[in-house]
Amino acid sequence: MKGNISFLAGSLFGLGLLMSDMINPARVLAFLDVGSGAWDPTLAFVMGGAMVPMFVAWALRRALSKPLFSDGFPGVPHGVLTPGLIGGAALFGVGWGLVGLCPGPAFAGLLLGGWSVWLFVAAMLGGMLIHRLAPIESGAKRSV
Amino acid sequence: MIFDYPAWTAGLVGGGLIGLAAALYLLGLGRIAGISGIAGALMDVRRPEISIELSFLAGLTLVPMIAVSAGFQTDILITENPVLLISAGLLVGIGTRLGNGCTSGHGVCGMTRFSKRSVVSVGVFMAVAAVVASLIRPMLGA
Repeated sequence: MKGNISFLAGSLFGLGLLMSDMINPARVLAFLDVGSGAWDPTLAFVMGGAMVPMFVAWALRRALSKPLFSDGFPGVPHGVLTPGLIGGAALFGVGWGLVGLCPGPAFAGLLLGGWSVWLFVAAMLGGMLIHRLAPIESGAKRSV
Repeated sequence: MIFDYPAWTAGLVGGGLIGLAAALYLLGLGRIAGISGIAGALMDVRRPEISIELSFLAGLTLVPMIAVSAGFQTDILITENPVLLISAGLLVGIGTRLGNGCTSGHGVCGMTRFSKRSVVSVGVFMAVAAVVASLIRPMLGA
């Protein structure tokens, strides 16, 4: 059951990335490249559209003692700003700005975008493995 | 700015689906739909319930391809410069794990619970990505 719910969530997520065209790095770069004269604000609409159900979900979460198909809600990190949080975000920003792919669209486009996406995903998983093998203390106990 | 109302509308609706997916993952399974966190779980294969992360990634990867096979039109334009792709992939992999999240985890899931860490993270990676995409990428000819 949990696997089916998870597959359904992943499927909806992928469909959303496809429909919004966030699967296309050129569309993402057209948002990030603010100096081109052809700025494309679509990404802001996608983020806004995605945040609405999550505002509702966090409100509903307070009314539930436990998730519908699982045992407990996640712990969330304390509001501490660590060098790892900020440095990690900066490194991620460099990679995102260079190619226009972040993790979600990279997976969603894997079977559609040709070898470039495969190469990016392989390097991304390599980077995650490097972090796993040589973890730098990020100061947070839970991933959000 | 390009006034592309069909793209904006598709963005809002597609974004809504992304938010619904994250809401289902939170309320159904008690989990945060952060893709870097879900992918990062693959680095720890002995993790309990790794099948949940694998199921999510299977849906995320297979269903867009199925939709396109069924006739949905899409066009993925991406650089073919291997040095750029490898560098960017490494930076995204290390950066999202070090910073505990990406566009989905901090952006969609974290900001909506008004997490200070998520708001700061999104501000940093958005600003850095905008500078890199606007100023550095053109210099690299990408």
